[in-house]
Amino acid sequence: MSLSLRAVVPERGLDLELTVAGGETLAVIGPNGAGKSTVLSLISGALHPASGRIVLDDRVLTGERRWVPPHERKVTTLSQDPVLFPHLTALGNIMFALRAQGAGRARARQEAERWLAELGIPELAARRPSQLSGGQAQRVAIARALAARPRLLLLDEPMAALDIDVAPALREQLRCFLAERTAIIVTHDVLDALTLADRIAVLEAGRLIEQGPTQELLRRPRTAFTARFAGLNLVSGRWDGRAVVLADGACLPAHAAHGAGEVVHAAFRPAKVALVGSGGIPRTVRSLAPSGDLVRLRTEDLSADLPPQEVAARRLEPGSPVRLQVPPEAVTTYRA
Amino acid sequence: MSSLPRWVLIPALLGGLFVLLPLMAMALRVHWTHFGELITSESSLAALRLSLQTSAASAALCVLCGVPMSLLLARSEFRGLSLLRSLVLIPLVLPPVVGGIALLYTFGRQGLLGGHLEVLGLQIAFSTTAVVLAQTFVALPFLVISLEGALRTAGTRYEAAAASLGARPSRVLLRVTLPLVMPALLSGTVLSFARALGEFGATITFAGSLQGTTRTLPLEIYLQRESDPEAAVALSFVLMIVAVAVIAVARRRVPS
Repeated sequence: MSLSLRAVVPERGLDLELTVAGGETLAVIGPNGAGKSTVLSLISGALHPASGRIVLDDRVLTGERRWVPPHERKVTTLSQDPVLFPHLTALGNIMFALRAQGAGRARARQEAERWLAELGIPELAARRPSQLSGGQAQRVAIARALAARPRLLLLDEPMAALDIDVAPALREQLRCFLAERTAIIVTHDVLDALTLADRIAVLEAGRLIEQGPTQELLRRPRTAFTARFAGLNLVSGRWDGRAVVLADGACLPAHAAHGAGEVVHAAFRPAKVALVGSGGIPRTVRSLAPSGDLVRLRTEDLSADLPPQEVAARRLEPGSPVRLQVPPEAVTTYRA
Repeated sequence: MSSLPRWVLIPALLGGLFVLLPLMAMALRVHWTHFGELITSESSLAALRLSLQTSAASAALCVLCGVPMSLLLARSEFRGLSLLRSLVLIPLVLPPVVGGIALLYTFGRQGLLGGHLEVLGLQIAFSTTAVVLAQTFVALPFLVISLEGALRTAGTRYEAAAASLGARPSRVLLRVTLPLVMPALLSGTVLSFARALGEFGATITFAGSLQGTTRTLPLEIYLQRESDPEAAVALSFVLMIVAVAVIAVARRRVPS
């Protein structure tokens, strides 16, 4: 089972190609307005592209003179809003999906009960959506989506509306369910990508700017957006045999074996950055914000996580000049 | 409430009195000793029976045509949609007599369709069918307005979710869309029934006033007003009670 998409939607500035292999989960990330939701709309059949072709398991869903209506696509969307039917119980909602697939009443009831049990919420069967908490409602929505037996599951920020203490358990359940299924997940959360996705595609302004296996992409980002998503600093420059020489002449020493003069990317975690009195990379403080028990200091392009005491002792504020240094062993370099 | 200027209260109270006072005045004139006889006379019972039957038939016709009309108006997009929506609401503002004349020129003997229908052995004008048509004509917009508004408010997200689960359009309509707007459908039906029950102008123009065939309760009241005012008041009181009951039903919120 696999999906391939090629689509142009001029009014949304979208023009891209994507593929998802059978059984694979692809995370689609990107800034707001990059076209992530548009991609989901194209696949679910909510949107006609100006031109393009969407094929799921050798079946053309969207193409020239071909249009499969949403209910025949075998593509189910799970969004951050569970959209449970308010006039049906939790069980009734899941039964709806099964009945829509042609199951008889008795079998639908039986299977819906099995789904509730599988998600660990059999006691909620008779509840109306208005009587469910956000996490419970989203579990029912997951059960309902899976009960529809989609060939492709589209997840549109499924955990975004949930409390922080509910999301981890739900993410873990989703991880199990997605293991064998073909799915696309749109997310702003690096944890979603790390736990759920085999591969990540990065969209920006309607184009695919980067893609790769999750671990690889998050460890070695090639674009500013991906680096920020992965929580890494990313710079690029020329390797001089000992350090990466940035465009402004600053040096970032690293342990690596590139050819001299090669253009490379260097990634490092903000927590590894220290402030020094001389040398290092000169930058100007742009903002300071709490980040866990540290302070996240942002400059033009780099971030550093520093103890609050140090920020106070150095009297740092937006506009202060700083010099950043990173231990060479904390810098990952790779060919640009 | 506190942000309203106090003087608003005066015209508001006057308006309220203006609505309630005439009803009370009428209720005070009912001769309770003869009330039973008055409303159970042969002609009264015939009119009451005819009114209930034709209004029920009209309400059913309104549901049959009005639900699909509301769905199209609320869910489809095409040029001239807003114009069409206005046209559908014309009977709401048209004087019912004018509606009756329009119906006469459509279904009457000399009418647009009447001649053809007569060939088929169907004569509509001045029959009970005409009463039902006249009442449906004026009552239909009530159902359409109420239902279309509810459909727009409900939005399409539940329908999109249902389709995404693989439900065919008919299943979505019957299992999702209609249950979601059921309160509005019920109140719209009750309102159109009430409007049909009160219809006078279009009925007398298009259907006439034949006892047992086309003389509905409002027509009976109008006739009795001259010959037997006490009976007219008693029957008016009956219609008023029906109206109050209808408002009570229409306002009752279905528990969600």
